[in-house]
Amino acid sequence: MSEVLLDVSDLRVGFDVYGGTLKVLNGLNFYLEEGEKVGLVGETGCGKTTTAKTILRILPQPPARIAGGTILFQNKNILGMNSREIRAVHAHGISMIFQDPTASLNPVFTIGDQLMAAIKYSSLEDGLSRREIRGRALQSLRDVALPDPERILNNYPIQLSGGMRQRICIAMALATNSQLMIADEPTTSLDVTIQDQVLRLLGRLVLEKDTSTILITHSLGIVREWTQRVYVMYAGNMMETAPTEVLFRKPLHPYTQGLMKAVPKLTGEGIAKGIGGRIPNYLDPPPGCRFHPRCAHRMPICSQQRPPYFEAGQMHQVACFLYKEHS
Amino acid sequence: MGNPIMTAKELKKYFHTRAGTVRAADGVSFSIRENETLGLVGESGSGKSTVAYTIMGIYRATSGALLFRNLDITTGSSSRSKKLKKDIQIVFQDPGSSLNPRQSIRQILELPLKVHRIVDRAGMEEKVLKLLEMVELPAEYLHKYPRSIGGGERQMVAIARALATDPSFIVLDEPTSALDVSVQAKIINLLIQLQDELKLTYLFITHDLSLMRNMASRVAIMYLGRICEVAPTVEFFRNPLHPYTKMLLSSIPVVSKEEEELKPKKITSQGEIPSPVNVPPGCSFHLRCPERMDICSQVMPKIVSMKKDHEVSCHLYT
Repeated sequence: MSEVLLDVSDLRVGFDVYGGTLKVLNGLNFYLEEGEKVGLVGETGCGKTTTAKTILRILPQPPARIAGGTILFQNKNILGMNSREIRAVHAHGISMIFQDPTASLNPVFTIGDQLMAAIKYSSLEDGLSRREIRGRALQSLRDVALPDPERILNNYPIQLSGGMRQRICIAMALATNSQLMIADEPTTSLDVTIQDQVLRLLGRLVLEKDTSTILITHSLGIVREWTQRVYVMYAGNMMETAPTEVLFRKPLHPYTQGLMKAVPKLTGEGIAKGIGGRIPNYLDPPPGCRFHPRCAHRMPICSQQRPPYFEAGQMHQVACFLYKEHS
Repeated sequence: MGNPIMTAKELKKYFHTRAGTVRAADGVSFSIRENETLGLVGESGSGKSTVAYTIMGIYRATSGALLFRNLDITTGSSSRSKKLKKDIQIVFQDPGSSLNPRQSIRQILELPLKVHRIVDRAGMEEKVLKLLEMVELPAEYLHKYPRSIGGGERQMVAIARALATDPSFIVLDEPTSALDVSVQAKIINLLIQLQDELKLTYLFITHDLSLMRNMASRVAIMYLGRICEVAPTVEFFRNPLHPYTKMLLSSIPVVSKEEEELKPKKITSQGEIPSPVNVPPGCSFHLRCPERMDICSQVMPKIVSMKKDHEVSCHLYT
């Protein structure tokens, strides 16, 4: 077994708003080993992006408030780091690809300016010449299969298509040689054929560079094709985790099962009714299991106690009282 | 299946911009039969929404003809009769911007009823409640505002608004692409059920082929302003012909092995959709096509009928 690279435990994050605190992350636990490709899947508003931003410490505080927990990155608690240490983590520890490449690139600087700045500030070597930096920038554009990199260096983001912009964000994230990359819905704004190209490219590059990856997405299909292990997230909790192949063969949590059934299939077996109700109000989340108001299998205990993780198989854990007798 | 209710013949819509002429729809022909769902699938920039807006009369077609029950409706919305407008309705992609944030759900649903004088004042409340019931929303939603309800519920209101005038034809322009799958499932099931009960005909626009598989009776694929393949859904997925269709199918991330089997193996996605200002000569797909031949860059392929109702526009089949 490899070393654990990132270990998040009992993470609690809230947002102070008019009328109270939105209790979003509710004691989140997950980990990632070196070289692993892990998926974080969940629907809108379940706290996926909040998780990513908390790990990077880029969540604006206030309104956000980290109420507890630890995030160990290479055995150091990110939440306890000073600003110098955080900068080092940003420079060559963890990089991130955001959902909207248009918003994450600065419109008034050229691609070259932005890419070269990323390379300069992330480099562990001192005194790289401008030519060397430029050479690395060109190489990183070639890595992401962009045609005519010389021209692209002088282009502004607006001159490129959405797919090309996202490739540039990937180039930038990988050029820093980070150990961990967090990709937050990297292909959601792209068309399906371009999504396929970008995901294949990303897969090849993280393999070549041996980068550990957390892929955040709402798409079960992408998770299945891209990751080795999955966490299913609902309302700020991890509901289930398993190796990808196991999860898709045998989803256990009622929420995971409901999600799987709701996905339209190419085989055309019709679409299930979906999951009734909607994501809870974080001002006053339901007690016990946060999914219980929408759950078809709820029992009295579900509204009283928060389910712990039950072992349901090798590396397969599920936070649901239905599986109590298994462990 | 019934008679054609909506027919497009060589429909063209060009936009003149400073960068040149955008050929958003460039000779689109199709017909939609009564009580069926035609799925129009394509990537962004393929002209799907242009076709929808031309049907609605929001755009005036540059040339070509659009027939609704044998009536020429190629004209823009200002010259259409009220009765015609009542019969053709649309549900937009983003209910956040298609519903007026300053109006309550009640006001939103009352407007079409008043404009088309469907009920008098006394019957108004009853009719609005009935519309809410049709989309499975509780009566207390009457007094809510769009911002205080969820995205899926907003789309339900938009559907109820489209149903208010008792239309026979509804354009669904990506009605679920902004929503989560669990909510999407609910809306799709509702749409299918409403179609059954009210004998509706749908033009369903989406970029999601897996959704189409479960929703449409026939599927049409659009690329750069043209339709490149049309077939009944079952036949379409069993035997996709156009290389672009195969590329689309092979790009879909799927959740099971059975689905994996259905994806064409030999083709992988490459290239990007070109700008509709500079449409490549010949077949507009030839730059990305793994099976291109010399003729493809010179001559635009004609539409040929393969099997029953299966039409494709590709030189491989001529």
